[in-house]
Amino acid sequence: MTRVVVVTSGKGGVGKTTTSAAFASGLALRGFKTAVIDFDVGLRNLDLIMGCERRVVYDFVNVINGEAKLNQALIKDKHCENLFVLPASQTRDKDALTEEGVETVIRELEHMGFDYIVCDSPAGIERGAVMALTFADEAIVTTNPEVSSVRDSDRILGILQSKSKRAAEGREPVKEHLLVTRYSPKRVEEGEMLSYKDVQELLRVPLLGVIPESESVLHASNQGTPAIHLKGTDVAEAYTDVVARFLGEERALRFVAYEKPGLFKRLFGGN
Amino acid sequence: MSLLSRIFGEKKKTAAVAKERLQLIIAREHGSGTRGPDFLPALQRELIEVISKYVSVNPEDIKVNLEKQDNYEVLEVNIVLPDQAR
Repeated sequence: MTRVVVVTSGKGGVGKTTTSAAFASGLALRGFKTAVIDFDVGLRNLDLIMGCERRVVYDFVNVINGEAKLNQALIKDKHCENLFVLPASQTRDKDALTEEGVETVIRELEHMGFDYIVCDSPAGIERGAVMALTFADEAIVTTNPEVSSVRDSDRILGILQSKSKRAAEGREPVKEHLLVTRYSPKRVEEGEMLSYKDVQELLRVPLLGVIPESESVLHASNQGTPAIHLKGTDVAEAYTDVVARFLGEERALRFVAYEKPGLFKRLFGGN
Repeated sequence: MSLLSRIFGEKKKTAAVAKERLQLIIAREHGSGTRGPDFLPALQRELIEVISKYVSVNPEDIKVNLEKQDNYEVLEVNIVLPDQAR
């Protein structure tokens, strides 16, 4: 049975596309046939993060409008055998995504035997963001440990609980997961940043993982390689754990503790 | 933070301030119906059930109200007991 997972956040720039790319790649690495769809119509970027921007011929809106077949628009990932990317359109027409159109594409992906459909939501609470979460079975709410991101995540959780099909039809609610990204254990230790426990307490959503702030994410996007493929980096390890936990495996949290400097540094202040 | 600044005290950590502010704003935004259904009618119903176990009260004599006063939210529960209960 196909599971539809939306990666959402409300606020922009918190790491939705980075997470969608890494998470979808992680599922594919575990052997699941996975599609990742860019819902950010007009501002597509998932193709760049996945490194397939030069192979985009047809897009999501072309498929919805019947201008292309779904398998003409799906781009096979260059790193993973089982992974396909459906890029967003660059049209400026806000109404390009219709609920019927999105549903048709999702149903067709189900028929094609996909195990997971990852929906990369745009920022905001407009049509694209609502369409991305409408058909979701599960949601990964990506949040930075920072006031505006936490508040916007709370807002998007409310929308998830009212506008998703599952909510509208009175079915079992969308399964929510919290992913705290751009986390700096040092700043948390120093009382300058909300801890992942604070964020979880505020949003009351089960924690799926914590992704540390890292230079590797920029290296990954520079190259068009999803961050999970950067072997040996904290970010790749953290995303691998996230995928494992999502699949129901027990994984201890890593990269959340700060190693204190020695006595000398503590006496005289190191920074 | 150095030990010296710890000894001589320092103003409140900004992360703690952030958490407090978020707790207030999130509670307020939920209260104003931005998230989920209002819980007040259900609370009122359950209160009537519980109180009726011990005292016979008229359902209209139990009032539940949520008020906002600046940074605070006040949950007001007003129960008028009938004379025979005393």
